[in-house]
Amino acid sequence: MDVVFDNLDLFLRGMRTTVLLTVLSYAAAFVIGIVVAAFRVSPVPPLRAAGALYVGTVRNTPLAVLLVLFFFALPDVGITYSSFVSAIIVLSAYTGAFIAETVRSGINAVSRGQGEAARALGLTFPQVLRIVVLPQALRTVVGPLGSIFSALIRNSALAALISVRELADTAEQLITDFAQPIPIFLGAAVGYLALTLPTGFVLSRIEHRLAIKR
Amino acid sequence: MRKSRWSLLPVLLALTLVAAGCGDSDDESTTATTTAETAQPSVAAGTTMASIQSKGKLVVGTKFNQLGSGLKNPTNGKLEGFDIEIAKLMAIGIFGGTLDTIDKKIEFKEAVTAVREAVIQAGEVDMVVATYTINDNRKKQVDFAGPYVVDGQTVMVKSDNSAIKTLTDLNGKKVCTGRGSTTPANLQNKQINAELTLFETYPECSEALRQGRVEAVVTDRGILLGQVEGGQRQFKLVEVNVSEEPLGIGLKKGDDDFRTFLNDRLEAIYASGEWKAAYDRTLGKLGLTAPQPPKVDRYGGTGTATTAAATTSTTAAGATTSTSAATTTTTR
Repeated sequence: MDVVFDNLDLFLRGMRTTVLLTVLSYAAAFVIGIVVAAFRVSPVPPLRAAGALYVGTVRNTPLAVLLVLFFFALPDVGITYSSFVSAIIVLSAYTGAFIAETVRSGINAVSRGQGEAARALGLTFPQVLRIVVLPQALRTVVGPLGSIFSALIRNSALAALISVRELADTAEQLITDFAQPIPIFLGAAVGYLALTLPTGFVLSRIEHRLAIKR
Repeated sequence: MRKSRWSLLPVLLALTLVAAGCGDSDDESTTATTTAETAQPSVAAGTTMASIQSKGKLVVGTKFNQLGSGLKNPTNGKLEGFDIEIAKLMAIGIFGGTLDTIDKKIEFKEAVTAVREAVIQAGEVDMVVATYTINDNRKKQVDFAGPYVVDGQTVMVKSDNSAIKTLTDLNGKKVCTGRGSTTPANLQNKQINAELTLFETYPECSEALRQGRVEAVVTDRGILLGQVEGGQRQFKLVEVNVSEEPLGIGLKKGDDDFRTFLNDRLEAIYASGEWKAAYDRTLGKLGLTAPQPPKVDRYGGTGTATTAAATTSTTAAGATTSTSAATTTTTR
């Protein structure tokens, strides 16, 4: 295990990148998810279709393909982003599709009468969503949203494909330099667990709190 | 429960039949090989060579995506390259036969850079021939026969680039190389401080170079020649030496008998000209001229146990040559 402790600074730098990737992407993905979910339940058919198309294409394409395609194909039409920015954009778009579906199922779980009552009071569709439906909907899907967060931490390892030096990539480079795959991968696994386990704990606390309020 | 037990009966019957079938074909294949292989060299019992002979197949880890070294031909699915030829020549040393017949005695498994030590240690392969640079860190994990060729790392830039002429020109530049390669350490050794971009494969580096995301690609000359060849005159090589990479055959740590055997075999193909022929029909086609074969490095073991094994291995090797001389007369 010496090889891990000797290179702790590199591991920590990799972890920092992983955390940055995850937090920034999740924040953006959350916004995308809410907007797309709103599209999918909106009364306007073209918006519904656009939402469904987005979720259908992004969610059903492997993340690795999206990353490499975005990174290598876009410069040919004149759009060039750095590795890190590309990774954030693709991870956000990908995770956003999953969040959209989760939020939509949360919205469907809110009883019809809530929306109808709000409309009867004269609220517009955006108001109905924002004030009445979404707060209830999000509460029911805290668990799945947490799973998506934890999946994002692990998915961020794929950013190494486009040269983002995150935790998994750091581990791989160390293996080349020191030729000791087992301790190094163990170190990386511990690094990921150190990120995912506390996340799960925090989320279960949040879920617990919100559940009591209801 | 009872029902499911009876439902297994046909499956069991089928399995027995299959097993019987396998037994039959096994017998056939063993008789076939013993008659076909009159020239199989005999080796000392209990060695790795002997166990490879008895299982009838040499399992080799190699790369499937390196033009010139080891590349899976997309049209016929066959592996081509210098590493592949070296593996075949080693296999001939174990089984006898010729380059045309040795194919069915070799099984190639893909071994990408990061898993090479692991597949050797786990015994998944007998040896690794995969543009495998010999270095001291790796020698702590596995042993190396060879080097069978010395590759050097160099620099590839766009054809119209005139800013990068020497190694120091790379300072502060964006440089692309493969993930898990030795290049970052090599640049560090030469005190070059470049901004590194790392990709899974070298075609991706070429793409990044074409798009102007990076200004140079640094890796083994053989790999870069392949990229220049495939790049439709968009790239050129800068003639500088980033490093010398002695490429070796990786094998299980401490298996000194096998290492000596492979080293002997390498020296034999150097002397016979088979090495140069293999070079010419692979790397030579990319425009490289075959150099003098490198001197095989029979380095000593590190621990006391390994040195003891090394002394026995020399006697074993001696015994091997004498018995093989005997076998040529007795044929079988």
